[in-house]
Amino acid sequence: MNFGANPVATLIVTFGLMSLFAVGGANAAIPEMHRIAVDVRHWMTDKQFADIYAISQLSPGPNVLIVTLIGYTVAWVAGALAATLAMCVPTAVLAYYVSRLLTRTSQSRWPAIIQAALVPLSIGLMGASGLILAQATDRSLIAALVTSGAALLAFATRLNPFWMLLAGGILGFAGLV
Amino acid sequence: MSPDSPPAAVPAPDLSPSAVQSPPGLLELFVAFAKMSLAGFGGVLVWARRGIVDQHRWMTADQFNETFALCHFLPGPNIVNLAMVFGSRIRGIAGGIAAFAGLLVPPMAIMTILAALYARYGEIDALRRILAGVSCAAVGLLIAVVLRMMMPLIKQRDVVGVVVLAAVFIAIGVMRLPLQAVLLVAIPLSIAITIFMRRRSPA
Repeated sequence: MNFGANPVATLIVTFGLMSLFAVGGANAAIPEMHRIAVDVRHWMTDKQFADIYAISQLSPGPNVLIVTLIGYTVAWVAGALAATLAMCVPTAVLAYYVSRLLTRTSQSRWPAIIQAALVPLSIGLMGASGLILAQATDRSLIAALVTSGAALLAFATRLNPFWMLLAGGILGFAGLV
Repeated sequence: MSPDSPPAAVPAPDLSPSAVQSPPGLLELFVAFAKMSLAGFGGVLVWARRGIVDQHRWMTADQFNETFALCHFLPGPNIVNLAMVFGSRIRGIAGGIAAFAGLLVPPMAIMTILAALYARYGEIDALRRILAGVSCAAVGLLIAVVLRMMMPLIKQRDVVGVVVLAAVFIAIGVMRLPLQAVLLVAIPLSIAITIFMRRRSPA
């Protein structure tokens, strides 16, 4: 698929297609976003991708809005809008029809089987997201320690994630990361 | 996706169906989803649950879990699907669009402004350092979500699940294969194995 001159069309096709394969939500689609944005299309560097992920985590709203940032990088406001709608509309329409279809067949065992089969898959995808992002961000020992510290704290406690992001930002500002 | 995202693990306070309030109008849907979305930082699910079930009582906890489970196994951003499905169950297509727009438009506007600021000031050294630090912590949070979601599989000694998980992790994270190709193999395989295992040991 080469839409060459028109970056907005490329964004629409790329994210529209990706959304249909985004099993397990936005975080599970990060590796594919990274592969396309950094390796295939060269829209941004590895470092920029990590920055964009950080910004998307710092701002409110669904995690999927990282595509707004990718879209903006490619084609400014039009790109932001195109990427976000392409990522969200097709599956929302699909969800609408499937939910209407399933309201009568909710006793079926198929949803349970499909879910049992898909859960490990989407965890594997999210794990891959973690690995790819860690490789992009953790360029020093201290950076790796901040990541593992945040992972352990968030895993073991109910501490608000905001404090860990703030701590990371302060360490970064201090030039330690 | 929130740190507490495994749908089965969502705690369910008891609410009888009679506790469900009268359905909201379109504007009310838009505003409610905009509020949940803007409160939800690092994931909207927790806030959506709080808003829909606890605060507005538009759904019982069971109805919410059921709706979320559906949206979880469909592709695409779960919470966006949830807004669409929830809104349309309440007020038809227009309701779905109102909830969808409420969830996406306000944070998207914020995100676009941040993107513009990043494009303009992203090279400033202090900002670069802060972002580098924040992204280290953000990756840690994602890893914690993965660990939390893995715990049920490990507790149930779900060997097949762990093998599927590891295979997908290696194919996508280490070998960097395209998502479509991996899923076209992994989804049918995983469903087939799940059915096969359930036939062998009907639980």
